[in-house]
Amino acid sequence: MSDQTPVLECKGLSISYYTRAGEIPAVVDFDLTVYPGETIGLVGESGCGKSTVAMAIMQHLGTNGGITGGEILFKGRDMTKMSDDELRKLRGSEIAMIYQEPFASLNPSMRCGEQLMEVPLFHEDITEKEARERARQILIDVKLPDPDRVMNAYPHQLSGGQQQRVVIAMGLLSNPSLLLLDEPTTALDVTVEAGIVKLIADISEKFNTAQIYISHNLGLILETCDRVFVMYSGEVVEEGTIDSLFTWPRHPYTHGLFGCIPLPTADKNAAPLRPIKGQLPLPHERPSGCYFHPRCNHAVAGRCDQQHVPMAHVTGSAEDHRVRCVRWQEIDHTAEAPGGEAKPAIEPGEKVLEVDRMKKYYEVHDRSLKAILSGQTTKYVKANESLNFTAHRGETVAIVGESGCGKSTFAKVLMGLETGTDGAIKVGDVDLSELGVRDRSAEQISALQMVFQNPFDTLNPSHSVGSQIARVIRRFTDENDEDKIRERVFELLDIVKLPRDFYYRRPRQLSGGQKQRVGIARAFAGNPAMVIADEPVSALDVSVAAAVTELLTDIQRENKTTLLFISHDLSVVRYLSDSIVVMYLGWIMERGTTDQIFNPPYNPYTEALLSAVPIADPEVEKREIVLEGNLPSVMNPPKGCPFSTRCPRRIGEICDNEPPPEQEAAPGHVITCHIPLEELREVEPVIHVPSPEERQSTSGAPRPSPDPAAAS
Amino acid sequence: MSETTTTAPASTTPRPPSRISRTFHILGLLRESPVGMFGAALILFWVAMAILAPLLPLYDPLEPLAPFQPMGAAAPDGGTFWLGTDHKGRDILSRVIWGSQRVLIWATLSTVVAYLVGMLMGSMAGYLGGWWDEIISFLSNVLLSFPVMILFVIIITLLGASGLNIVIAVTFASAPGIMRIVRGLILDLRTRDYVFAAQTRGESAWYIMLVELLPNARGPLIVDACLRLGYTVVAIATLGFLGLGLPPPEPDWGLMIKEAVPLGSFAGHAMVVPAVALSSLILGFNMLADGLREISLRD
Repeated sequence: MSDQTPVLECKGLSISYYTRAGEIPAVVDFDLTVYPGETIGLVGESGCGKSTVAMAIMQHLGTNGGITGGEILFKGRDMTKMSDDELRKLRGSEIAMIYQEPFASLNPSMRCGEQLMEVPLFHEDITEKEARERARQILIDVKLPDPDRVMNAYPHQLSGGQQQRVVIAMGLLSNPSLLLLDEPTTALDVTVEAGIVKLIADISEKFNTAQIYISHNLGLILETCDRVFVMYSGEVVEEGTIDSLFTWPRHPYTHGLFGCIPLPTADKNAAPLRPIKGQLPLPHERPSGCYFHPRCNHAVAGRCDQQHVPMAHVTGSAEDHRVRCVRWQEIDHTAEAPGGEAKPAIEPGEKVLEVDRMKKYYEVHDRSLKAILSGQTTKYVKANESLNFTAHRGETVAIVGESGCGKSTFAKVLMGLETGTDGAIKVGDVDLSELGVRDRSAEQISALQMVFQNPFDTLNPSHSVGSQIARVIRRFTDENDEDKIRERVFELLDIVKLPRDFYYRRPRQLSGGQKQRVGIARAFAGNPAMVIADEPVSALDVSVAAAVTELLTDIQRENKTTLLFISHDLSVVRYLSDSIVVMYLGWIMERGTTDQIFNPPYNPYTEALLSAVPIADPEVEKREIVLEGNLPSVMNPPKGCPFSTRCPRRIGEICDNEPPPEQEAAPGHVITCHIPLEELREVEPVIHVPSPEERQSTSGAPRPSPDPAAAS
Repeated sequence: MSETTTTAPASTTPRPPSRISRTFHILGLLRESPVGMFGAALILFWVAMAILAPLLPLYDPLEPLAPFQPMGAAAPDGGTFWLGTDHKGRDILSRVIWGSQRVLIWATLSTVVAYLVGMLMGSMAGYLGGWWDEIISFLSNVLLSFPVMILFVIIITLLGASGLNIVIAVTFASAPGIMRIVRGLILDLRTRDYVFAAQTRGESAWYIMLVELLPNARGPLIVDACLRLGYTVVAIATLGFLGLGLPPPEPDWGLMIKEAVPLGSFAGHAMVVPAVALSSLILGFNMLADGLREISLRD
């Protein structure tokens, strides 16, 4: 590969932003070389400078950003010295960029076809007819079914996945030499993401386009890239080929990242996540020497905190593996395998929640003339269709599904913000499904509390942290003594490992992870028997998410709380939960213990979901199942099995027309499907996690080992 | 384990930060906007005049001394008419300063009442929704369909000219607009997770509206209140000009302009002085609103 001329070279690139506080160096001393057809991954947590690099390559840093040193060579020409005209010719034709939010990248008032045609019409001297033909062809290339419909559709008429395909098509249209992708799948559902990831992986083969793929998700990087750059606080700390870096990580921060993600080998009791201590330094408060040393377990005073550490070549490994650490040769990397100290497991107690054939339908009134003429003015949105499951004291039950599957509706009914249409939700002996929150007693309300998804929304910005927690105590206990309430809030802050003076802070003075900790303190302030956590860590950075996840399980262990964990991310779910409920379009497709769900027999939807979740372990083998089509609208679901429109194992008419039966594969393991159990039992496992012995024999690599004690 | 920067020893009990320093911090932000600073200075000038009016060495604003004196003319008692006198011989400087007190008191009072009514209606329409929203929005739309001046004239002619009736008229004219803004803000805020958290705690609708929602709507409302204070000053002056405002002979800027109009260039200063006073106060409110908006758009 190295005999080719590189598409892009960054040499000693430094980028700064100028703000009220003065100059803030966002990226320091960044080197990167991209060859044709190569896919480079940039991975790191928010604020590490990965998007800034992409913007610098596009020469689009805004008014307050600037390149302070180094050069960006695009096919040998220095982009930092180009005029605006030259840059405009490059952008969109030679370099294209794809952003996170597909809807925001498309002009909502123009048909997709016209937007696509603009690209060749602007950059090349061709007729409209040729442009239209090119646009249509590229839509076929990105595997959009029915390209003619898409050409004439406005962006809002397409689903999120289709929109992102159009955006990628637009990027590819002028056959660029370099494609920048900034978190292109973060806004999409998992099964849709899997399709886009496959498309991105195919692009470099088909078009020979070099790509720079920016993501916070190591699993996605593994699936799409050839080489990976790990960034921390504005600089690259480690780079190498996928194989080399994932098998032999050499930087303590990379080790830390692997310790923070719930790999299949992690287990909440035997091998829990190991969050990185401390937090990312602000760009103007970076420590001297190695930027990571205050958070590093291997830091040695006098060596790590002295001068800026240069990149060093890792000897004895695959080519081009470089690391920015003075002690990489001294650290015992085998002891760095993921998995912290084992923690005691909790024995599930008595049954606390029983959901019995709970249904929730929303009435929708259609006042269109057509509806009135046909007499069908009232429609029902079936948000929850006959839910059945139980939860025990101290148990973690996960509800898994993509957007629109009804998991949030269920949470609303459980919390009393909506009432159920039919069936019962029994907490203890009382049926709560028909009791709105205002009709419940203080004990019933305080028994159920919730942790929310969005850290920036979970706290009221107008009130201090302390007063928001104190309000819960005041409502749910008889305590009136202000001093005692304050003392209790201080204790709660201790429990969630926040300093006590956060009592007087405003939410805007807190980071995302800190806000989420306050949210957890608030949920546990009334000593709830059950906590519903709605994607509590999905908006957080990897290392912060690990710390919050561990905090949640520790408090749960302490209080023997039942945790209902709502999520779309099966890797976190596998790590955290004792049993799993898989939902799709309001139906429970499958439920059982975590082991039962992750092993055959599977419901075909579970199978696809398992395959869609990226796993950051190169030795885990995964069967690839990419779903066709989109999630059907809840307004107009399929008549029979909800999954019949996308199911790769559809057996025929019966799937389309008849609701699937519940089949009990094992005690507590229920699969809702028409396919006979015998047939489902023969399905191969989707994920194969090699045992430690297999790992030793194949690669000789000690990482990742599930048992750190044995490895050291 | 945690990602916190500072770790206070668990045993210590921290003290709350002082409220005063926080207030000063917010005022400090205004320094970044010269426009806002200038507006605030204009308003502060008139507020100071209004407060100090009884203490300043001024002539009685109602007493006829010597008619049609130009600016800087000597008064019969040996003093000076710095801004001259009007057709009845009353000191214009004194009348303008006492007039500022009246206009500021009634404009502020009217705006506050209009805001109380508008915020109440807006939060109910926005948070409770359903029939509440239908009825409140309908009433507001009916009121908004009248031209503001006609609404004023109708209300004042029906109720008679007095300070209290000005408050009522301004409330009728402004509350629907405030209600719309508040309703829009609440509709956005009510989907936040902290509102959801309050609902799942079983909090009452009033608690959620007053404690969880309205404090977070304050940003745009403060900017709007500044603009609206300016409009109300205009409205009160216009009513005075039309003879529907605060009853004479109390000094009122609108009335002063009206009384000076027939005199024309013969005593131009009698018209120009209150007009300049009026413009400067309105300009102050508008510039302060601009400055506040500019600051809020940053970060």
